[in-house]
Formats: sequence, C-alpha cells, structure tokens
Amino acid sequence: MLAIMRRDFRSYFNSPIAYVLIGLFMLLLGLFFNSLIGYGISDIMSEFVASMSSLLLIIIPILTMRSMAEDKKNGTEVLLLTSPARVTEIVLGKFLASFCVFLVMTAASLIFPLITIMAGKPDIMLIISSYLGYILIGAVFVSLGIFASSLTENQIVAAIISLVSIFLIQNIGYLASFFSGFLNKAFLWLSIMDRYNDFNKGIIDLTSIMFMISYAAVFIVLTVRVIEHKRWSQG
Amino acid sequence: MIEIQNLTKEYGRIKAVDNISFNVGKGEILGFLGPNGAGKSTTMNILTGFISSTSGVVKVGGVDILENPVEVKKHIGYLPEHPPLYLDMTVKEYLDFCADLKGVPQNKWKSQKKDIMELVKITHVSHRLIKNLSKGYKQRVGLAQALVGSPEVLILDEPTVGLDPKQIIEIRNLIKALGKNHTIILSSHILPEVSAVCDRVVIINKGKIAAIDTPDNLSKALTDFSRFTVTVAGPENKVKDIISNIYGVKYLETGAKIKDDEYSYIVEADKNVDVRKPMFNQLAQQGFPILELKSLNLSLEEIFLQLTTSEKKEAM
Repeated sequence: MLAIMRRDFRSYFNSPIAYVLIGLFMLLLGLFFNSLIGYGISDIMSEFVASMSSLLLIIIPILTMRSMAEDKKNGTEVLLLTSPARVTEIVLGKFLASFCVFLVMTAASLIFPLITIMAGKPDIMLIISSYLGYILIGAVFVSLGIFASSLTENQIVAAIISLVSIFLIQNIGYLASFFSGFLNKAFLWLSIMDRYNDFNKGIIDLTSIMFMISYAAVFIVLTVRVIEHKRWSQG
Repeated sequence: MIEIQNLTKEYGRIKAVDNISFNVGKGEILGFLGPNGAGKSTTMNILTGFISSTSGVVKVGGVDILENPVEVKKHIGYLPEHPPLYLDMTVKEYLDFCADLKGVPQNKWKSQKKDIMELVKITHVSHRLIKNLSKGYKQRVGLAQALVGSPEVLILDEPTVGLDPKQIIEIRNLIKALGKNHTIILSSHILPEVSAVCDRVVIINKGKIAAIDTPDNLSKALTDFSRFTVTVAGPENKVKDIISNIYGVKYLETGAKIKDDEYSYIVEADKNVDVRKPMFNQLAQQGFPILELKSLNLSLEEIFLQLTTSEKKEAM
C-alpha cells in the first residue's frame, strides 16, 4: 500500500500536473482572498474556505483522473494486480497518494489564514473547524474521483464523470427542494454540503465527521468492487 | 510446482481456454505454443492471478490460487505481453518500486538489484527514464521486474517479441540460464525459440491442448513415414521409374532441377522399411549415381501446422 502511495505521489510531482494544479489553485485563492477583503466581511476565513471547497469541483477531477485510468491504459495494472498486494491495498494506496497531494495544496493555502491572523484577530477555532470540514469533504471528493477513474481507461472520461458527480453532490440539497416527503428526506440525508456547512459555522459534530469518512469509504469499497468484478468477468 | 486441472475460461459464449490440464515440474522450462488467439495469454493471466478462471484448479507449490492468492503471487514473477512499465520513472526507481510492492526486504534488495541489473544487462541505463529506452531495453526492464524478489516461478509471455536477432539470442540464453534455478513457463509463437529453450512443449489451439511432449518426441511421434531428399544424376523419368518401384516408397516428387540430367527428389517411405539401400543398389546398377541423400525430419513448425490444422478438420 505504502509503495503504491509513494510511487503515485512522486509521479504527481514528476509531471507538471501537481505544479499546474497548485499554481492554479493558489492563483484563484489569491483572487478570492483579495475580493473577500474588499467586502469587509467579519468571518472572512470561513467564507474563504467555503470558496476553496467550491474550487474542488475543478481541482479534484484533474487530480484524480489518471489515478486508475492510466494504469489500465499503460498495462501497469497487471503489475499491481499480480503483485502480492491486495486490491484494497492498491486502491487505498492510490487514494492516499491523491489525498496527500490534496493535503499539500491545502497546506499551501494556509498562507491566507496566516495573513489574516497576522493582520487581525480572526476566530482561530472557526478557521480550524472550517479547514477540518474542507479536508473531510476533500477526502470524499478524492475517493469519488478515484472511483470514476476506475470505471474507464480514458482520463478525460474519468474527469468528466467525477466533475458531474461532484457537481451533483454539491447541489443535491438544492435538488431536494423540488421534492417532498421521502425523496426530499433521502436527498437531504445524502447531501454532504449541509453537514459541511456546519463545519463552516464552527460546529464540529462527531456524526458529521463519521458521515464524511463513511462517504469516502463507500467510494473506496466501490472501487475495489469494480476492479474485482472486472477480474471475474472479462479480465 | 505448477498444477493445472481442467482449467476453463469463458468470455460469454466463447471459450478462450477449454478444459486444459498439465503440470510443470520444479526447474522445468515449459514452452507454451499456439497461434495468435489460442488462449496462451489468457492461461498465463489466470496462472498469475490477474484474471480468474471460470472453472478449474490452479495450484502453485501446492497452494490454490483462488484460496490464497497473496501467497501464490509471492512466488510468481510475471512478464506480460506488454511489459508493465511506468514510463515516467527511471529504471532504478521502477525496480525499487517493484521490490517495495513485492515486499522484498530492504537489506536483501540492494545486492539483488545489482545482480538482476547485471543479469539482464541494464546497469548502464539504470539512471535513464524508461520512456526514453528502446523497445529491447524496455523488454529487459520488464524481465528484470519479473525477477525482482527471485520468485521460484517465472511466467514469461512472448519474452522475445520485438527484439532484434542478437537480443533474441541473448534473452534466450538468459532464460536457459534462469531455468537452472527457476520453474519457467514461456509462451511464444516462434517455434525455433521454443525448441531451442524448452524442456517440454504444450501446443495449444483454440483453447485446447493439441499436444504435450518434449520437442524431440513431438517430431518423432508425428512422423509415421521417413522422409528424405535424394539428388541423382540421370534422366528424370528413368530415375523416377526406378525409385517409385522400390518396395516401401509411398510418395515421390521431383524437387528441383540442379542441371541437365541432375535432379533432386523428395521421397517419403514407410517408416518400417529402409528404402535407402535398395535405392542405392538399383540406381547404381543403372549407372545413375546418388549425389546427395538427406533425411528430412519434421520440424516443429510443420508439427505445429499439422496439429493446428488437423484440429480444424475435426471441428468441421
């Protein structure tokens, strides 16, 4: 598991993809930060982290699209699947590699809270809570992206699948308002954004944390299933 | 070392591998021969646990691959048809990754890496990116990958494909050398390769085993007549007359005209009768000297064709 994680993580930095993504991310964040300061909002940091999480819609699909798809295309999948590593370990390794790149990006973004702390007196607990929510939702989206990547050997298709899925998840609460009764409840239950918004308000709820982690775990399990299934049916 | 019993793999209605069984002994080099699409790669993919079989049992070192895949995979090194290389890594990084993936202990790995790289002669390219290597070197890196962790069983799917003749000979010698302390299954559709390297050959066609034997026995068993060419000085019709009247001769054909009144003939005769002596005597009596006599053994290539085409007839 660690071998795969190390390799994939390094591979992000061997190609321009990680640098381009981080650069793009930081540039957009800078613009957001700048305009947020202009508005003069009191809880600037939670606003800021919320806009960071909306950026994930673009960042995560690009980050995860090659994870599984590239191995399938290059035939290196054979190497992984005929090694003594279990499928779960392989998928977790891939997930952790992408997640670590995500964490590196998150770490880079910490410069903005630091600026705020130096310049004013923001609610530090609120910043921590927002960031915790952000990291958890990032984990969910990364695992979703990995799952999308396992469905196809075409990276672009993988990116589109995860982009659409992330968009749906981000907006499922909005969709719920069109329905009433059971469907409304089901959609709201699935909606991750409501729980995420709690973090942004400074509410750290253990159920929400568990919910997010389970959400991510579901996609990892699904990815394992997809790979196992392929071995049994087609090869 | 490897036991395969009633192995079948179906893709929908198509049977890619149809009820094949064979064993491979420890230290044996087994050749896996068949036309394209015969089921060679499918069988190898099943043996290595990359895909699963529809039914049948595969045991490596007595362990069932379905019951304990992780244990089995530890003992197998696999070079698939397309070497599974990460193009964005250097050779060294790639092999380190493979060792890491296969759980080779750090202290053993250092010396093993050196040995493997020297064995497949890639030491001088170890710092280069795999993407910049030639096809032959990529193949060698793929082979090196299979050797990582020195597994007891090596499964090599067309290891010499795409190499130049010199490299082919090198790789073949390497495989022979490896055969001394590894059990090897090697697939190929190049026949001389199999007869040069392998102890035993499995000929597979349309998912079924057409024959299993040593290369020598295969060519003996399949010749139910002796076959040779003979070059005789003398007019064609007269010589043909004499030869065809000898007891035991079943078939005669003029091969090539060498010069005026000097022809080579292809003769097929009953296996139990030596027709060479009467042929020599009778031709000499008539004053037609034999200039050359050469026996034609059925090459593996011909056996292969015979087996794979006779199967076709049966199917029809």
